[in-house]
Amino acid sequence: MSRYNLTHLKELESEAIFVIREVYSQFEKPGILFSGGKDSIVVTHLARKAFWPSNIPFPLIHIDTGHNFPETMKFRDNLVDEIGAELVARLVQDSIDTGRVKEETGKDASRNWLQITTLLDAIEENGFDALMGGARRDEEKARAKERFFSHRDDFGQWDPKNQRPELWNLFNGKKNYGEHFRVFPISNWTEMDVWQYILQEKIEIPSLYIAHQRDVIWRNDTWLPHSEFITVREGEEVVNKKVRFRTLGDITITGGIESEADTLEKIVAEVAAARQTERGNRADDKRSETSMEDRKKEGYF
Amino acid sequence: MENSYLNMELLRFTTAGSVDDGKSTLIGRLLYDSKSIFEDQLDLVETSSKRRGLDHTDLALLTDGLRDEREQGITIDVAYRYFATPKRKFIIADTPGHIQYTRNMVTGASTANLALILIDARNGIVEQTCRHSFIASLLQIPHIIVCVNKMDLVNYEEEAFEKVRSQFEDFAAKLDVKDIRFVPISALNGDNVVNKSDNMPWYQGSTLLYTLENIHIASDYNHIDCRFPVQTVIRPKNNEYHDFRGYAGRVAGGVLKKGDEVVALPSGFSSKISGIHTMDGEVEEAFAPMSVTITLEDDIDLGRGDMIVRPNNRPEVSQEIDAMLCWFNQKGPQPKAKFTLMHTSNDVKAMIKNIYYKLDINTLHRIENVSEVGMNDIVRVTLRTTKPLLKDVYRTNRFTGSLILIDEMTNETVAAGMII
Repeated sequence: MSRYNLTHLKELESEAIFVIREVYSQFEKPGILFSGGKDSIVVTHLARKAFWPSNIPFPLIHIDTGHNFPETMKFRDNLVDEIGAELVARLVQDSIDTGRVKEETGKDASRNWLQITTLLDAIEENGFDALMGGARRDEEKARAKERFFSHRDDFGQWDPKNQRPELWNLFNGKKNYGEHFRVFPISNWTEMDVWQYILQEKIEIPSLYIAHQRDVIWRNDTWLPHSEFITVREGEEVVNKKVRFRTLGDITITGGIESEADTLEKIVAEVAAARQTERGNRADDKRSETSMEDRKKEGYF
Repeated sequence: MENSYLNMELLRFTTAGSVDDGKSTLIGRLLYDSKSIFEDQLDLVETSSKRRGLDHTDLALLTDGLRDEREQGITIDVAYRYFATPKRKFIIADTPGHIQYTRNMVTGASTANLALILIDARNGIVEQTCRHSFIASLLQIPHIIVCVNKMDLVNYEEEAFEKVRSQFEDFAAKLDVKDIRFVPISALNGDNVVNKSDNMPWYQGSTLLYTLENIHIASDYNHIDCRFPVQTVIRPKNNEYHDFRGYAGRVAGGVLKKGDEVVALPSGFSSKISGIHTMDGEVEEAFAPMSVTITLEDDIDLGRGDMIVRPNNRPEVSQEIDAMLCWFNQKGPQPKAKFTLMHTSNDVKAMIKNIYYKLDINTLHRIENVSEVGMNDIVRVTLRTTKPLLKDVYRTNRFTGSLILIDEMTNETVAAGMII
């Protein structure tokens, strides 16, 4: 490679840092949507880089379904301490208790949709006008159509057919009162890029991503972690397997894969050889062909 | 393997075209052969294709993710697709051929290193070829690869290829493109896509993928004229970095080095670069498109919208901006309308002072006496701004030569401009 050429990871990093700095400059009260998953960890890392030697000038916002992997919560609290960031945590349980939303019932009930109300309430209460997330265009077909700067109306809704064209380095964050933006600094990254970057930067991630022994149940073609939130059904059996998770979300809907990849290097090799997308184990995406778009239009991440 | 991955480069290219010129087949092949389509994605696409009564697997369903796109079977918006080989990572901006074609093609082209143009060997160049090539030239995409496709349907004859090639070369003489290459392919059968074709021994050139992997892109950025638009100022005010005052931004041109004499614009104060900082430590030099933080030896007035440049190489400072505008909105510009103009990290108020002509994108003819500007029109204008811009000609620098116009009422991005 010639002297004045960046590696693809450096170029993606530089693009993301540029976008994060634009958010800081164009908005009054931005934040980072933090789930404890690898993508939001990478966005947080990039935000540190963007403002170093200053601290991150944004709070981390966690919309908590209450159905967590204990490892994720511990990781979140440690990270917030370490980088000196502010944490804004909002509980879906509170939205249920105050009657803002009604808990789903039935066989595959989940709190996935309920998060939308909790998130939009948190935005309104805190006056956030731009929220950065770790969504990537390669992970889901509705997300493939997202802009870096994605406008939301005063109901928090996305209008995918009427998006602003985005050219060069010029990001239009203009909006009316009550509207907000979702911003996706790692839009152009793939799952492989994220893992390579974590390896290159030696970024700490929750142990759940790395192969470990766990009690799991085979349900909906995936190894669902056994937890207090899950009822074992007839014909199901709790078994102990060496698994790891390719994405992290609500513990009741995030399936793992059997894996021997117990180091970052092995994970990269496993991702390179993978023949299934990482969201293939997410029950929330399987409800219909356009379930991601439908949720996003209402204000989902 | 891991090491080579860490040394990969990034190449962004655009494709455009209609359903039947073989674009989907070609992209599908590139994705398949680089193992970038996953089993569950393919399963879904196959199920969806069947449900729509198609007898083939429609790869457009991979990225036509929106409900309306899937229901109507059209692509509404630019779709970004990703694949990688051990040498490079590729981002394809795949733009639909029919609806809002200009707007989408311009958007996709604005960040591309390369345009991939497909021509059906049986038909030669058609209206859409002209449009796409013209936009590649207008947006100054540095490289064009013309794939003469469906060679299997013309018996893999060299003559057919040469005919299309000379036809395109005649047309391209009117354009401003530096690097054009031609590859005869059959996307369907894979000839010259990834592997060299036995069916065309007369072709001595590289395959499409080899060209994509090896084309020289390092000089696609301007590494001569130093331009550092300041995005924001970093002042930690903590004990360790009490006096740190850094100017954060992304290098838009040239190579900046520690110790360089610089001038801050528009103030005109001069100073020297005392350091180029990143969280990974100081670097000796910075070039486009690196994001860094620069410190200067002197405390001078410098903030967002300002620019750090070299004393003997400055952008033009002006309130009169000559530009080619591509209009994006249903509603044309109203007389005396004011816009917010974004240029580098600056935004100012602007109005359209004069419209000279409209370009017919198919014939490249100029239409004078423009009475109305509509969506997808390309017009030559002079803009007047309330504050001076620090501008370059788009041809020499895509970052300091580009701008967008934003409607003050709706906040929509209504036009993109290339400074001339």
